[in-house]
Amino acid sequence: MTVAWGSLGVVALVSLVAGVALIVLVSFALVGLSARARPGEVGGAGTGAAGTRVAGARGMSPAAGTAVAVVCLLAAALIVGYGLWVLIA
Amino acid sequence: MDLSVIVVVVVATALVFDFTNGFHDTANAMATSIATGALRPRVAVAVAGVLNLVGAFLSVEVAKTISSGMVDETRITPVVIFAGLVGAIVWNLLTWLLGLPSSSSHALFGGLIGASLVAAGTGAVHFGVVLTKVVVPALISPFLAGVVALIGTYLAYRTTARADKGVVTKGFRTGQILSSSMVALAHGTNDAQKTMGVITLTLITAGVLAPNSGPPFWVIASAGLAIALGTYIGGWRIIRTLGKRVSDIESPQGFAAETASTAVILASSHLGFALSTTQVCTGAIFGAGAGRRLAGVRWGVAGQMAIAWVLTLPAAAVVGAAAAWVASGGTLGTVIVAVVGVAFAAGIYAVSRRRPVHSGNVNDVPAAAPADPPVRMAA
Repeated sequence: MTVAWGSLGVVALVSLVAGVALIVLVSFALVGLSARARPGEVGGAGTGAAGTRVAGARGMSPAAGTAVAVVCLLAAALIVGYGLWVLIA
Repeated sequence: MDLSVIVVVVVATALVFDFTNGFHDTANAMATSIATGALRPRVAVAVAGVLNLVGAFLSVEVAKTISSGMVDETRITPVVIFAGLVGAIVWNLLTWLLGLPSSSSHALFGGLIGASLVAAGTGAVHFGVVLTKVVVPALISPFLAGVVALIGTYLAYRTTARADKGVVTKGFRTGQILSSSMVALAHGTNDAQKTMGVITLTLITAGVLAPNSGPPFWVIASAGLAIALGTYIGGWRIIRTLGKRVSDIESPQGFAAETASTAVILASSHLGFALSTTQVCTGAIFGAGAGRRLAGVRWGVAGQMAIAWVLTLPAAAVVGAAAAWVASGGTLGTVIVAVVGVAFAAGIYAVSRRRPVHSGNVNDVPAAAPADPPVRMAA
């Protein structure tokens, strides 16, 4: 009777890294997309999540924000795709 | 009773269990998406049903664990498996009525273990496999999912704190559609395999398949269809519990909880660990609730769930053992077990109709009891 600690460790590590990475990547993508929103409209675009007025997202230009969002979402899609490929293959 | 007849009865009962597994566990994938409004309830259960079906075809590692590891297939008969399934179905229906997200998997394992112990003694159960492949992962996985969701939720709020609120909310809601779909896919991959494993085990014990065989295609397809149909029916009581009674879930939390659940379930399925998707998803929802600053988590609800989790395996084992004892009396005993099981299911359904929960009122939650207010997290 042996507990497969190695396999359990792999599950824990993969889950932690992949799960947190995906969430952070999507979060950064949304920060990037926020740069496209017009600032100054209270309660809508330009209003921070904490209710503060923001000028874009951390001073990013809309083009830079879009690029950040695309890169982050592509990376997230790659992680998901690789996970599914490993499962099926 | 003729062997072919009992095999047909067991396969049908296994598919009934799979159906209850589906509607019992719809909440795992869709509770937070329904609660945050990312998906309309009926759309959510339809998406979950289809993806459960797809997921059933992706892997058979967990099915092999069930069919060739937990119990000694040379010492049990299809009648024993039938009795175990009855125990699992009874517990699933009871916890559904109470709106408790208990583990269908542990109900299944408990039922099979109890029935095997009564019918063939302690030697028929491979307790080492049960411990290493079921119990240990069951203890670790909800905490792991909770930690991943907690860290993910904290980082999601930190990262997007100065981003545009409208974009963030809309973005995470869209993300939730994808992440909840992934949970449904993962659920089909893990849970549909358990029924496949049971049917395969039945076919092995009846001599239809050789020992250590994998599930045939018709077994995979029928198990996938049964869990998909059950998922589409929607276990609205448990969806309400997980979506509204645990914490006031926002879309970043829902996304984080579902992403954490998917990562844990898929990684475990790939390595053949038959963990409880219910416990993983519930752990992730609590983690996501605790990860948001000033979020309220109703730990009293967590206590109720913990009690149900602890009781699930032994309770299903007791029912399975009782059913096996009655069924050991021959054809009449098996018929009695079947009749009592059907009567119990009908009674549960009748009681549930007194206060029905459905897609139209799933998000309407009665006021929380004063003794169980949400506990605000300071972190």
